[in-house]
Amino acid sequence: MKKYLRLCWLALVLALMYLPILILAAYSFTDATTVGGGVSGASFDNYINLFANESLRNMIFGTLLLAIGSALLATIFGTLGAIGAHYSKKLSKNLLNTANQIPVVNADVVTGFSVCVLLIILLGISKDSFIPLVIGHTVLSAPFVYLSIAPKLKQLDNSLYEAALDLGATPAQALIKVVLPQLIPGIFSGFMLAVTLSLDDYFITTYTKPSTFDTISTYVVNATKGSQTEIKTALWALSTLIFLIVVAFVVCINVIPGRNKEKKDEKI
Amino acid sequence: MKLRFNRSQLCIPYALFLILFVIAPLLVIIYYAFSNGQGKFTFDNFIGFFSSTNTLGTLLYSFALAIVTTLLCLFIAYPTAYFLARSGFKKQYVLLMLFILPMWINFTLRITALKEVLTLLEGNISLHPFLNSVIGMTYDFLPFMILPLYTSFLKLDKNLLEAAADLGANKFIVFLRVTLPLSIPGIISGITMVLLPSMTNYVVLDMLYNSTYIMGSLIGSYFSAYDWNNGSMISLVLLVIIFIVTLVTNRFGDKDSDARRTVL
Repeated sequence: MKKYLRLCWLALVLALMYLPILILAAYSFTDATTVGGGVSGASFDNYINLFANESLRNMIFGTLLLAIGSALLATIFGTLGAIGAHYSKKLSKNLLNTANQIPVVNADVVTGFSVCVLLIILLGISKDSFIPLVIGHTVLSAPFVYLSIAPKLKQLDNSLYEAALDLGATPAQALIKVVLPQLIPGIFSGFMLAVTLSLDDYFITTYTKPSTFDTISTYVVNATKGSQTEIKTALWALSTLIFLIVVAFVVCINVIPGRNKEKKDEKI
Repeated sequence: MKLRFNRSQLCIPYALFLILFVIAPLLVIIYYAFSNGQGKFTFDNFIGFFSSTNTLGTLLYSFALAIVTTLLCLFIAYPTAYFLARSGFKKQYVLLMLFILPMWINFTLRITALKEVLTLLEGNISLHPFLNSVIGMTYDFLPFMILPLYTSFLKLDKNLLEAAADLGANKFIVFLRVTLPLSIPGIISGITMVLLPSMTNYVVLDMLYNSTYIMGSLIGSYFSAYDWNNGSMISLVLLVIIFIVTLVTNRFGDKDSDARRTVL
């Protein structure tokens, strides 16, 4: 009985969290122009518009390109930084940890504004060069890559590295062939985190982007202020698609490790 | 002697990156906050901020909104996280994923969905700006409160609860004297994850009813007006608030349960 009541509470919270998304998803398959408005039939027009409209297509493509590009940069900087810091003296390690913490705790508005003032206003780098935008997104996500690799470094067995040196590897070879492979799970989750942070960002984008370029966030915000119903309802379709992709992704990462576990059990 | 490759040198690119694009921008903000359009040193922006009823009102409104949002999130997230972590559900991890999953959907799209539903329920949503701002912020930030609480409940040692029960405490006392104190680090990190964003994330309000009254929106409006000096002053005020909150929470908080990191 008690467990039943607890499940009811969880179900209620879940319902509140998911209802807006699900209602929007349901309406995205109709020809209605407002939620709760008149529905005269099912339609896939919103989905067709989403891919037929050039500005929407460019926006989606640009958002993905920016997310992957800045995440790659962030992964390179963050990984090198974490490895370097791990083997540094205590003082420089602490300094790096503290500086790394600044963008993590700072408000995105302040990060975006400060990068904008330095690069665009003071140094005069053109927004249209995309340089401030990419740097801004890298500043946002590199610290999280750093943070997802640092604990993996602590768990490393240092004797493996020394064994490689004893067996004749140069320090660089030992680092690339022994240390780096052990960090791959951390590097990968850092990269994924960087991609999601970039995809979700609004503030840094809006302060550093070229005026003709939009990511999903800035595009959606502008679209809610505009009055073009065709674009508004196409965005419902986009929201539904993203929701389905996320669900599929979550199901995949939950099912695949589960299968491996079963296989391991069979072996035993 | 051969020059030896040193592993600690690998952090030089990242250190330079942080100095150039994290520390330097903050120094530039301080410089702009205390200078005028001609680059001359002045306290005008500082005095302007603390003598204008508009900016001070915004500051107070942001605090009120952030505190109410944080309390509402805590009220919903605390039992949720507790039930998730301590009810022994078979598919506990899958349930948790359900609560985190919305975080991966772009927040502007989620707020669009919320706006449509609120409009359907209330008609004109700009009639209740404070209420709808709280709903919007809570809807956006709830997972950030659930996650740190969940990890702090997971870490809770069952033996302690049993010991308290053996020593004669009833369920209510066990919760009050053992569970609640041990979950404080989770509560603190949840509060930081929600409090600061709800003072600055003005897009949520902007999307819900096209006008905003919080600290973040001041930066936005100075940005649109090309007023870098006053914008920097607001950023500096926010930085000081963030710095104070971080100092306080670092003393009591749980460093392992940064929600954004736990996601993956």
